[in-house]
Amino acid sequence: MTDRLPGFSTLAVHAGAQPDPTTGARATPIYQTTSFVFNDADHAASLFGLQAFGNIYTRIGNPTQAVLEERIAALEGGTAALAVASGHAAQVVVLQQLLMPGDEFIAARKLYGGSINQFSHAFKSFGWNVVWADPDDAGSFERAVTPHTKAIFIESIANPAGSITDIEAIAAVARKAGVPLIVDNTLATPYLIRPIDHGADIVVHSLTKFLGGHGNSLGGVIVDAGTFDWSKDNKYPMLSEPRPEYHGIRIQETFGNFAFAIACRVLGLRDLGPAISPFNAFMILTGIETLPLRMAKHCENARAVAEFLSGHPAVAAVNYSGLAGNPYNNLARKYAPKGAGAVFTFSLKGGYEAGVNLVSNLKLFSHLANVGDTRSLVIHPASTTHSQLDDAAKVKSGAAPDVVRLSIGIEDKEDLIADLEQALGA
Amino acid sequence: MNHDNYDDNYIRGILNNVKSIAMVGASPVNVRPSYFAFKYLAQRGYDMIPVNPGHVGKNLLDKPFVASLADIGRPVDMVDIFRNSTHIMPVVEEALRLDPLPKVIWMQLGARDDAAAARAEAAGIKVVMNRCPKIEYGRLSSEISWMGVNSRTLSSKRAPMPTQGMRLSLNRTSVGGGETAASDRAAKNKTDVT
Ligand SMILES: Cc1ncc(COP(=O)(O)O)c(C=O)c1O
Repeated sequence: MTDRLPGFSTLAVHAGAQPDPTTGARATPIYQTTSFVFNDADHAASLFGLQAFGNIYTRIGNPTQAVLEERIAALEGGTAALAVASGHAAQVVVLQQLLMPGDEFIAARKLYGGSINQFSHAFKSFGWNVVWADPDDAGSFERAVTPHTKAIFIESIANPAGSITDIEAIAAVARKAGVPLIVDNTLATPYLIRPIDHGADIVVHSLTKFLGGHGNSLGGVIVDAGTFDWSKDNKYPMLSEPRPEYHGIRIQETFGNFAFAIACRVLGLRDLGPAISPFNAFMILTGIETLPLRMAKHCENARAVAEFLSGHPAVAAVNYSGLAGNPYNNLARKYAPKGAGAVFTFSLKGGYEAGVNLVSNLKLFSHLANVGDTRSLVIHPASTTHSQLDDAAKVKSGAAPDVVRLSIGIEDKEDLIADLEQALGA
Repeated sequence: MNHDNYDDNYIRGILNNVKSIAMVGASPVNVRPSYFAFKYLAQRGYDMIPVNPGHVGKNLLDKPFVASLADIGRPVDMVDIFRNSTHIMPVVEEALRLDPLPKVIWMQLGARDDAAAARAEAAGIKVVMNRCPKIEYGRLSSEISWMGVNSRTLSSKRAPMPTQGMRLSLNRTSVGGGETAASDRAAKNKTDVT
């Protein structure tokens, strides 16, 4: 007989954690240390050679971080994970394993503005060339595939407009092209969408948002689905070829279906250096324990606020995929039946001016550049997160000049609606 | 037996019950996966026997190499085959000539030969393919969690600090996830291309 399998909320509390072997501490301790002593020279050599399980130095891994990693891997249904300093660091580390200078990757045009910048400018100087495609048209990804394509990158729920991506359609393109599909699942969290179940090979997150959930710690994570065969046609030498820095070990041959997560740690994190602090790992881990409760409340509040705004005379349009009639409503029902997330945009009949006024009149919503906090947040993307894009790109990424973005918190929804009502009327 | 996905209880039963393991294809080169799997299993208290005709006369961590399974000269519980899929069948045939038969034939990560597995199973031998016993032991004991790997197990018990030669408890609660749509898809994709 197979055992009964624990559910999502049980995993959110328990996965990866167990009482501390030395002290019995039940909460995961913050191992605030740079380094770990070796038993003897042989132990040290085995750890450095990737032959033994254990800790060396916090730039490579740390026990508090390891609990966070296993917990997220369990929630996403992956084989392993690597936590890093930020969502952006996760993206660099992932692509460093996959691309060599001169290679290409295809990315959805609707992405967090910071990712659009990172891909267009920072990565260009590494010789990694981004090719943009339209997440509402899987065919546009297929047409963008060339012999140099090494990966496809999308967001499950896209920032800022909250649109839902047809992950399975784009996964089919990736499979046909023989490249991994990377899904940024930051705005959905595994509570709403588990991209691996829909064909993703790699999932990344900014832990800074809903997973940490309290607006107090930066972090990022990479989850390995264990689904991609890295050795098939030698397209991914970081994984399939002998590594000179580890005496000729082949990462995939040695680590099997969690080889990608190991490559990210021992070739990416070790050499690029964006380690997460043990303290941040602890804060985010504590946040994740209440993820299911918070996400349910975030979604319930977001829907109430979206409904209120849709009926308000000053509002021109509300882009919340959870509302009937929204172009993404069918995809939302399919991919995120528990709720369409809590980040969305709306536009005001009064245009740019009205948007600026609204932001300054709000008393409970905080005007800042983040999402996924317990607190409700507001921002005008065109003048902030997406300000470096030209006007056409702003419109294409869902950040037109008259658009205001909300991230709905877990306060009482009546208070959020009252605050918007007074600010819209002022 | 579904050789695409093993139930944790199947693997747990094997690793809890076998005591001696003959490793065919064990390498004395300390950067080969067979070397460090051998070393780890020895550290976890298994009675390890290195089998490799190319290294007879040498020792692997103080254990003398033997040329073949027949040369071991005593019963072994498990034969762990560190060879490519194309070299599996002759080793299984050799194992089937042992008396008594081994209880388990284990084929290393990347190695799979369904015909050889069927012959071993017909003789009452348990078979595991395309898995690493070090990884599975580390996973079920959660020792592997230090590397961010999903052990797919839970426990609210305080575990002892592992020391040299110590067997760890493998009896944590399994949480599944080894048989997700994703892993099925990956297994299918692999069989599709070969
Ligand atoms: C969808 C998405 N991905 C990635 C990031 C980048 O994450 P971080 O700020 O943790 O580097 C963000 C941050 O806003 C985001 O919203």
